Amino acid sequence: MHLSVPTTDAGAPQEEPALVTRGLTKRYRGGQLAVDGLDLSVPRGSVFGFLGPNGSGKTTTIRMLMGLIAPSAGAMRVLGQPMPRAARTVLPRVGALIEGPALYGFLSGWDNLVRFDSADPDADPGTRRERVGHALERVGLTSAAGKKARAYSLGMKQRLGLAAALLQPRELLVLDEPTNGLDPQGMREIRALVRELAADGTTVFLSSHLLDEIEHICTHAAVMARGRLVTQGTVADLAAGVHSHLVVGTPDPEDALRVLKEHGVLDLVAEGERVLGQLPGEDPPDLADLNAALVRAGVRVRAFGTERGSLEDAFVALTGEGFDVAG
Amino acid sequence: MLRVDTEERAGEVVTPRVAEPLARPGRSGTLSLFWSELGLTFRRWRTLALFAILAVIPVVVGIAVKIETRDGGVAGGGDGEGPAFLSQVTNNSLFLVFTSLAVTLPFFLPMAIGVIAGDAVAGEAGVGTLRYLLVAPAGRSRLLLAKANATAVFCAAAVLVVSVSALLTGMALFPVGDVTLLSGSTISFGDGLLRVLAVAGVVAASLLGLAAIGLFISTLTNSGIAAMATTVGVMITVQILDAIPQLDMIHPYLFPHYWLGFVDLVRDPVIWDQVQDNLVLQAVYVAIFGSAAWARFTTRDISA
Repeated sequence: MHLSVPTTDAGAPQEEPALVTRGLTKRYRGGQLAVDGLDLSVPRGSVFGFLGPNGSGKTTTIRMLMGLIAPSAGAMRVLGQPMPRAARTVLPRVGALIEGPALYGFLSGWDNLVRFDSADPDADPGTRRERVGHALERVGLTSAAGKKARAYSLGMKQRLGLAAALLQPRELLVLDEPTNGLDPQGMREIRALVRELAADGTTVFLSSHLLDEIEHICTHAAVMARGRLVTQGTVADLAAGVHSHLVVGTPDPEDALRVLKEHGVLDLVAEGERVLGQLPGEDPPDLADLNAALVRAGVRVRAFGTERGSLEDAFVALTGEGFDVAG
Repeated sequence: MLRVDTEERAGEVVTPRVAEPLARPGRSGTLSLFWSELGLTFRRWRTLALFAILAVIPVVVGIAVKIETRDGGVAGGGDGEGPAFLSQVTNNSLFLVFTSLAVTLPFFLPMAIGVIAGDAVAGEAGVGTLRYLLVAPAGRSRLLLAKANATAVFCAAAVLVVSVSALLTGMALFPVGDVTLLSGSTISFGDGLLRVLAVAGVVAASLLGLAAIGLFISTLTNSGIAAMATTVGVMITVQILDAIPQLDMIHPYLFPHYWLGFVDLVRDPVIWDQVQDNLVLQAVYVAIFGSAAWARFTTRDISA
């Protein structure tokens, strides 16, 4: 892509997405179509959630993007350059965690990082100690640096894998299920780290099967199902596609249903002691009036309010199936 | 020898990096992977265990010869039975080196090579570290070359372990002094040591063909154990084929065929024919299986 506009010192026009694919397809030798005509576009500076059930083709896509497997069809550009042809110049600028960490069990955490750093031809051996130490510190493994990696817990291994991705300042981080195997505290820490990195301007491409994870830390998201891209856009837009629910907690659901129906609330359902409904799009009733009407009619109200549509609702609406379906 | 750039580089404009405006590291950065590979190979307990086995064999042979010849008898019955040079061991300690190499060359040395070469790529693929090396990005050609070089260094180290152990054992148990060669002439102990060095070099080179086969097999699978077992299996099968007289038309093309030809280096004058044939044969094996390994490794999908 040669443009006449002056380029920045990144060598590529900044407006070009960090990651873009066109018709990316992978058919395995058995004939199984793992990824089918994927058109993905990850804006620079975004935290991009790559969402889909296990087996939906997320990892295959990431492997293609990182030059590990060859696509059957289609093209991809990473940081403005064609992959896998430009792997040598692109990959040093990319940190990756792919399908869980993989470590040399007989080496210490420190030596594992030294090993991975030695594989990067752009890594300066003169600053290696310093960078390894810094990466370990960032993921909170400094005190376990001398321990053999085989003695690490899954969470520690995950952190060490992340540390390997952070050995150099990166323009793009590709993180495949980065919070897998972590306890809630570890998850929070990793998410905080991702936010911190994103705040520094690093583009983060994060795959996950955890919807709330994507909702909490991503600015953009794409949804995969059975090898196909279902949708992509900003997280706000995706969730906005789903209407807000009215939720009423009450021990008198029948009465509540009747009153709410009289006031024009749609799609009413009672789930035990919860009544769910959809506020009409045009001329919605004031929530305060609704609540007052319920109380006036003798309905005992425990809880009252609206719930924003979640990505999970968006996913179900888009694919017509639950999220836990393995493709 | 590690300066080969990966094929991906051709035609690419190397863009300056935002993150690292400093000068790009030079040679030391390029050699890092090779040193790392060496460290990885030689720091493993498995490698040290293989070395321990190789080091013990000359000691066992030396002690056995010593015990058998305690009452003035001749080792190996004196009629050419047993491994090469066995009957000379009692005359000069240096012959224990030749005997030990002749004893370990048919099985123990190639087995060790099979383990290291077979596991080189497949082992990393199995554990998954291969994908992280490749996205580092190690470069497939560069990584394979580093592994090939490290394997070659291991061949030399394995032979060195046998030789040094044999030399020390020999010097402890048997006479040290002028060496009477197989052809009857005598050379000084110093010259004898040079012969030992030459023999060790040729034996190490003899193993390179098998190392290339092992490396190729290693690129075919994600199981290190399977690759090791296959390589050792190939080594045994080929030696059996080499021992079947009816197949003598193919014998000159089998990689172990000239292995024991190093005997000719212990003559005066040295007979080079077999040694030469051996080195050429090993070079051909390295070229063929090295290319096959490269072709396979640079195109395969890394799905583990």
